[in-house]
Amino acid sequence: MLVARDLEKSYRSGDALLTVLRGVSLEVGDGDFVAILGPSGSGKTTLLGLLAGLDTPTSGRVSIAGTDLERLSEDERARFRRDTVGFVFQSFQLIPSLTAQENVQVPLELKGESGAAARARALLERVGLGHRLDHYPTQLSGGEQQRVALARAFVHAPRILFADEPTGNLDAATGAAIVGLMEELNRETGTTLVLVTHDLDLAARARRTVRLADGEVVADTGRPE
Amino acid sequence: MRSAAILSLAWRESRFARRRLFLFLSAISLGVAAVVAVQGFASNLSRGVRDQAKALLGADLELSSQQPFGPRTTALLDSLRAAGVPQARVTSFVSMALLPRNGATRLVQLRAPEPAFPFYGTIDTDPAGRWAVLQRGRNAIVDPALLAALGASLGDSIALGDVRFRIVATLEKVPGDAEIASAFAPRVYIPARYLDRTGLVQFGSRIERAVELYLPRPGAAEALEEAHHPLFRAEHVRSRTAVEQQQSLERAMGRLSDYLGLVGIFALLLGGIGVASAMGAYMAQKSDTVAVLRCLGATSRQVMGVYLAQAVGMGIAGAALGVVIGGAVQWVLPGLVEGLVPVQVQVRPDGLAALTGLGVGVWTALVFAALPLLRVRRISPLGALRRRAEPVRMPGRDWLRWAAWAALAVSVVLLFTLQAGRFGVGVSMAVGIAVALLLLDGVAWLLMRGARRLPHARMPYPLRQGIANLYRPGNQTRTVVVALGFGVFLLGTLLLVQHTLLLPLRPSAAASRANVVFWDVQEDQCAGVSALLQAHHLPLLERAPIVPMRIAAIDGRPVRPASADEDTARSDSGGEEQGGGRGAEGWALRREYRSTYRDSLESSETLTAGSFWKPGESGANGVYPVSLEEGVAGDLDVGLGDRIDWNVQGVVVPTRVTSLRKVNWVRFEPNFFAVFPSAALEAAPQTWVLLSRADSARARATIEGAVVARYPNVSALDLTNVEAALDDVLGRITTVIRFLAGFSVATGFIVLLGAVATSRLQRVRESVLLRTIGATRGQVAAVLATEYLALGLLSAVAGLVLSIAAGWVLAKRLFKVGFALTPLSLAVLGAAVAVLAVAIGLWASREVFRHTPMEAIREE
Repeated sequence: MLVARDLEKSYRSGDALLTVLRGVSLEVGDGDFVAILGPSGSGKTTLLGLLAGLDTPTSGRVSIAGTDLERLSEDERARFRRDTVGFVFQSFQLIPSLTAQENVQVPLELKGESGAAARARALLERVGLGHRLDHYPTQLSGGEQQRVALARAFVHAPRILFADEPTGNLDAATGAAIVGLMEELNRETGTTLVLVTHDLDLAARARRTVRLADGEVVADTGRPE
Repeated sequence: MRSAAILSLAWRESRFARRRLFLFLSAISLGVAAVVAVQGFASNLSRGVRDQAKALLGADLELSSQQPFGPRTTALLDSLRAAGVPQARVTSFVSMALLPRNGATRLVQLRAPEPAFPFYGTIDTDPAGRWAVLQRGRNAIVDPALLAALGASLGDSIALGDVRFRIVATLEKVPGDAEIASAFAPRVYIPARYLDRTGLVQFGSRIERAVELYLPRPGAAEALEEAHHPLFRAEHVRSRTAVEQQQSLERAMGRLSDYLGLVGIFALLLGGIGVASAMGAYMAQKSDTVAVLRCLGATSRQVMGVYLAQAVGMGIAGAALGVVIGGAVQWVLPGLVEGLVPVQVQVRPDGLAALTGLGVGVWTALVFAALPLLRVRRISPLGALRRRAEPVRMPGRDWLRWAAWAALAVSVVLLFTLQAGRFGVGVSMAVGIAVALLLLDGVAWLLMRGARRLPHARMPYPLRQGIANLYRPGNQTRTVVVALGFGVFLLGTLLLVQHTLLLPLRPSAAASRANVVFWDVQEDQCAGVSALLQAHHLPLLERAPIVPMRIAAIDGRPVRPASADEDTARSDSGGEEQGGGRGAEGWALRREYRSTYRDSLESSETLTAGSFWKPGESGANGVYPVSLEEGVAGDLDVGLGDRIDWNVQGVVVPTRVTSLRKVNWVRFEPNFFAVFPSAALEAAPQTWVLLSRADSARARATIEGAVVARYPNVSALDLTNVEAALDDVLGRITTVIRFLAGFSVATGFIVLLGAVATSRLQRVRESVLLRTIGATRGQVAAVLATEYLALGLLSAVAGLVLSIAAGWVLAKRLFKVGFALTPLSLAVLGAAVAVLAVAIGLWASREVFRHTPMEAIREE
């Protein structure tokens, strides 16, 4: 599903060259659930950005479902994300001026698909928010916002979903519920899950854990042979 | 994604921002309002002139002269009368009106028409319909102002020279006369047949003799004028058809509209800058949303579409609001210019102006919003993951950006070209603005460099932090300095142009020693007037002889006589004759000069070249020295050593230019273009002007009355009346300009808000951080105030310096007048902008002071 080869990412900071990732390679199978684990500054968010095609590596390459991301232009990558990729963020990143339902509709509307409203409603009911369709993000609790974000991430049936510290802004119980929901949806839809976290408990629920330190993979457990 | 979906997303996404987008909307509204108001007003005005064209002249053709008509012109008029062409003579001059009942006197414009006048239009009177009564006896119809000045009322008799006339009505409206025309001297109409009996027509009086002709067949007036043009030229007769009158009025009104239009365009451009900065601020706030949309797979085109739709929507709403405001203002403008223009302005809603306003408004909004909008494409989807994401690098050349800049440049050129009617003006205006923007950007850069170099260590913390804010990453220095500086630049230029145009019109009685002037004093009356002054214990401050003359030849080449108006256009190349050959201005060559003779310089004059003659000196070989005012010397294209022959009542007086003088025209004193030595003109026919000063209005009225009662041909003027009249006129013009400039000021305010709003979020974030680590509200306020004060002051100073340069260029090149600086108003403008910058900066950051740091951090 996801193949990354020799990923390297450096930033120029003044005269110094800051290398955040060096030689990271990774393969994730279809329907898999992988947690990328590492302390802050280990380069895990950078890695997620590269894997999801939000950013381009200094060297190395990434392909998702057989599509080589580096060959795509910025806009082609956007279309690719629209069709294939879903996102969940630490700070939820709902669009504040849109209601819960409208937020969930966005990916479908970007694709120009019909029936967006009905599908969004159905999915929000599935995540237990059928009664809060017309609420704005600021009127929702953190856990509710993240459930809206999950519904938005799954609404266009992505083949792969990236989550960046999805429980980072939530209390333990709510966080656990969100992860539970994510696992359910993962099972129901067969979507591949790639999750970035520094939370060991959360990582433990993944079928596979990749440990990152100083921009390098230092451990890869549960990897299918 | 279908466009309907984009529109619907754009609409929903703007939900909580509509109030902020109002900034955008109002920036464009005010500019559009100014443009619509001015355009509508201009078209109402020129329609008024066209509709009332014939009434404005009162005839089809007018022949006029300042001397009695020559024999050939008289013969022509006789033959026309014989052929049945109706004609009416109108004789006009200034004279004194005396109310015998109380001895009050006032300088008036006396007009003596024959019964047939006017052939077109009506002269409205109060009580109505009294114009027809005028010719029935010794009647007078006068300006209401005269009644007030003399303390007279309807039915009173006034003495004009040796005849008394009964006031039968006051004037309401005279077609072709601006009300202000009577500000200096009220108008008095009397029947022509009594004119000779008044005894006022004497040598030296400036008498305008006109014959109005009724030639209703289309083209007849023009044909007659054309056929007899050489004759009119030869006999100093000025001819004017109704069409020419209409055209010249339209030109004059056009100049008024042009200036007002310039004010409108400035407001619109400022509005554009406001749009750009409001849009920039808006997009800065939306960068998170854009990043999320990009993450979710929106292409840059789709994101652009969403925000473009919002911008267009706001542009339409803003322009529409502007059209409504401008339409309303159109009804206010005629009231403001009432009396300044010679026609009745009927306000009619102007569909074209409304459409133009809408189109220009939406287009301006779009063109200025485009650049900040295009930045959307550079927002990386990575921004959803981390706060500081590097902007997306645009592959290759960013053609869209270039196109946006080009569209902006072309639009500005077009706006000015349409306004000024000339492409060259449009281009130079646009170039001027581009240069101003570049310079402002340079100033901002210098400010950042300078702030970095300041010795920080010894400054108190808030000052240090405020100054550091000017150059740290993500600073707002450039945005604010460019936007604010440009606003100050436009407003300052407007202020300077207004001042420059109006200043020469504002002589000051206070600066003059004298405040009562007597003129048309015959030589043998001089002693009598002096004696009267003495009897009233008033000083004779100055007396000067006046000798009317024309230029006969310059350096031996004769000056061809011409009709007094536009000769250059018509003059066929005159071979050896003067007539534009040396680039001399026609009017300067052919005008009547009222010169004087004396053997010393006056205090209002300074010598700029050559030397003034000594008393008794009279030149060599019968050629007298003459001293010219430097401006007229330039118009005549003569300098020291050039020979000028003058025609003084038929006698040629040869002179050589021996000195040039600079004259302070601002003082109310008899000033002269040409000054001769006494020996040259002592014997010539002459009249005298005498100056005195009386401190009380009563004393001035008494001496005027006494002189006029003894010498009815003498005219007297109380200069304080003139000053009051001028103040009234200039006050009205200034009100109109200020009113329209108010739109620019209001827009400038919005620009400032927009500029500050651009970096508001960042400012709030940092200030919260400061408070978290223990800064007091006062310290945070001091940091912010320092930064905004530096920005405000610098933008103001830079804008002002630029506006002085622009004002100078406009004065010299476009309006061709001397440049006048108005340091006080500029200083006030600069200080106001700096204070406003601080006030708005603090206001925009008020959230910092409202919330506790914890609340603010949570919002993060």
